[in-house]
Amino acid sequence: MDFRLGPKSDAFRAEVREFLDEHLDEETIERAHRTGTMHDKAFHRAIGEQGWLAATWPAEYGGQERDPFEMTALRDELRLAGAPTDGMGLSVIVCQTIRRVATDEQKADFLPRALAGRICMSLGYSEPDSGSDVASIKTTATRDGDEWVINGQKMFTTLAHVADYVFLLARTNHDVPKHKGLTMFLVPLDSPGIEIQPVHTVGGERTNATFYNDVRISEHYRIGEVDRGWDVMTVALTFERGGFGLSEADRVWEQAVAWAEGTRRPDGTRVIDDPYVRERLATMRTNNEVARLLAYRTSFVAATGGLPGVEGSMHKLFYAESMTSDAAELVDMLGAEGVVQRGEDGAPVDGWVEHLFRHAAVTTIYGGTSEMQRSIIAERGLGLPRSGR
Amino acid sequence: MDLNLTDEQQELVSAVRSFLTDRCPSDVVRASEPLGFDAGLWDAFCAMAGPTIGVPEKLGGGGASLLDLELVCEQIGGHLAPVPFVEAAVACRSLSSSGDPGGPLLDGLLSEPTRVATVALRPAVDGVARLVPFGPVARAVVGMDGDDLVVVEAVGDGVATANLGSSSLADRSLRGPDRTVLASGESARVAHALALDEWRTLMSGALVGLGEAALAIGVQYAKDRVQFGQPIGSFQSIARDLADAATLVDGARLLAREAAWAQVDDEEQFAPLASMALQFATRAARRASNVALHVHGGYGFTLEYDIQLYYRRAQAWPLRLGDPRRGAADLADALFGPVEGA
Repeated sequence: MDFRLGPKSDAFRAEVREFLDEHLDEETIERAHRTGTMHDKAFHRAIGEQGWLAATWPAEYGGQERDPFEMTALRDELRLAGAPTDGMGLSVIVCQTIRRVATDEQKADFLPRALAGRICMSLGYSEPDSGSDVASIKTTATRDGDEWVINGQKMFTTLAHVADYVFLLARTNHDVPKHKGLTMFLVPLDSPGIEIQPVHTVGGERTNATFYNDVRISEHYRIGEVDRGWDVMTVALTFERGGFGLSEADRVWEQAVAWAEGTRRPDGTRVIDDPYVRERLATMRTNNEVARLLAYRTSFVAATGGLPGVEGSMHKLFYAESMTSDAAELVDMLGAEGVVQRGEDGAPVDGWVEHLFRHAAVTTIYGGTSEMQRSIIAERGLGLPRSGR
Repeated sequence: MDLNLTDEQQELVSAVRSFLTDRCPSDVVRASEPLGFDAGLWDAFCAMAGPTIGVPEKLGGGGASLLDLELVCEQIGGHLAPVPFVEAAVACRSLSSSGDPGGPLLDGLLSEPTRVATVALRPAVDGVARLVPFGPVARAVVGMDGDDLVVVEAVGDGVATANLGSSSLADRSLRGPDRTVLASGESARVAHALALDEWRTLMSGALVGLGEAALAIGVQYAKDRVQFGQPIGSFQSIARDLADAATLVDGARLLAREAAWAQVDDEEQFAPLASMALQFATRAARRASNVALHVHGGYGFTLEYDIQLYYRRAQAWPLRLGDPRRGAADLADALFGPVEGA
């Protein structure tokens, strides 16, 4: 066994750090947190120009053919730096799917621009009444001559206000079972008939509700076959769950330790010497180590030719749930001052613990709720009978 | 990164697993209570993989790494085998790093590996080490008495103190005519601290195996047991708890193996990782055995069903070293240094 990611990954990690020193400034990080938009056009473009949106892709697409351990290093460093990467994550999911299911003409149109970071993608699956049960969506796409007409509403269309396209799932057939009447589209967000309204989250991130009123798009924007949108989504979901690394919990833990070591109480004692503080930080470090190992295991499975389905679910479940409970412990640990927010005088740990507490709750929902992950682990991992939903 | 075992490790694991599956079914575990030790099983086990496999080859041992030993311990824990492999392996390695003073005893153990050597994890008080694991059957006990790391070669009285985990526990004197001082002062403390980290790692392995086996029992029961016309495993509240436990056990296994690996390949991280591994394996084993017991409904608390064997041991085994929350404090010392002025 070897628990190191290896020299190739380490070398790439050093390269990423150097890049971040040059291209990511405090103002960009601060602006992302202030606005809740975890995307920055200039930074996204720089990542694209560096070739890292296509880091894993084959050379024929201009990709760098990097292995899962290099990708883990890339994700770790972006996370530890606090870089705004939502646009990167979403664009990669859409591009990977386009590469597998779209026509050559579509690939030639969308991929070069997207992989260079000149455009950004958002996802339009969820609706007000369809979250985990995404196949029950009501947004429709109706054929009208050479065009499709889209009507409906999407929820949690994160980045729609700054992105160029929304990868939108719509119902195209009402006469078949719900999974079999769906089609995927890549809708230009500057199309007439689209309205975008902000939705602000407890985690401080901004997402959106998007409304589609007789939005007309050509056949060029249909991705995959008509009524086979579920298959397209299944491809896209495998890219949403694969390949993980460190999380916000690792970054905030380091900040909290540095703060506790460098701060004294009125009686002169160091915060880090308080037994309640020590126990909590030590326990959180253990949980972070387990989360890291579960994350790196998904990279190992991918690197050895597997699809980290159950392993990915275990990582998602564990990191999100333990981050949530550890963040609550850390807020408590800071006492009365634990509630003071970033930007206020005397906010302990610069308010990052308070922020982590709010952010953590979000992580147990997006990208597949903890409940969905448990179902996957129970059914595919443990072989338990499928439950009534 | 490579999370696969080597061919040799796979062979070792599969040999130990098939031996224990064959020789240590639950009626053997039950028959070993209350002593917590099965001499016949231990003799046979030692013929295959005795505790001296972890002694360096140049001293006549098997040259197994801590990771190899951890893998064996996963199987020991998975079968609740009433044998002193964890403590004996630690004691043998402690003797082998003590140089000349431990030499004669080590040679004796190498030629007769079934002779039980154990380690007193907690320092003696007034010369007596309390509740020494396998103390009733040990013929040699390594432990701290004051500033000295000592070994006492004396035969236990074969009587275990009744206890929650049906472990083989007894008080043992670390003084008397048969005592040899292995090290003193700082070198004794360093040697014993290393032994404790090795114990933490191997006990983590045993707890991972225990948790995995308890979970498997719970999962099987949830598939077989029908209520309201359906297997109870199809009920979400049951599936959910089992999925949580499975995640903890997988995490604990990765962490225990990482700690064992670090002892050779990432020495600086070994001590904190060993503490983390024990902390997390304790949590995983307890959660898994608790969930699995609960899944059994009323049968879960009858002595007839095996799950109670796991549930009791998951609580008891980590306590050989003391309060697990004290372990979090030890980890804090490893991570943040000692408390100022302490």
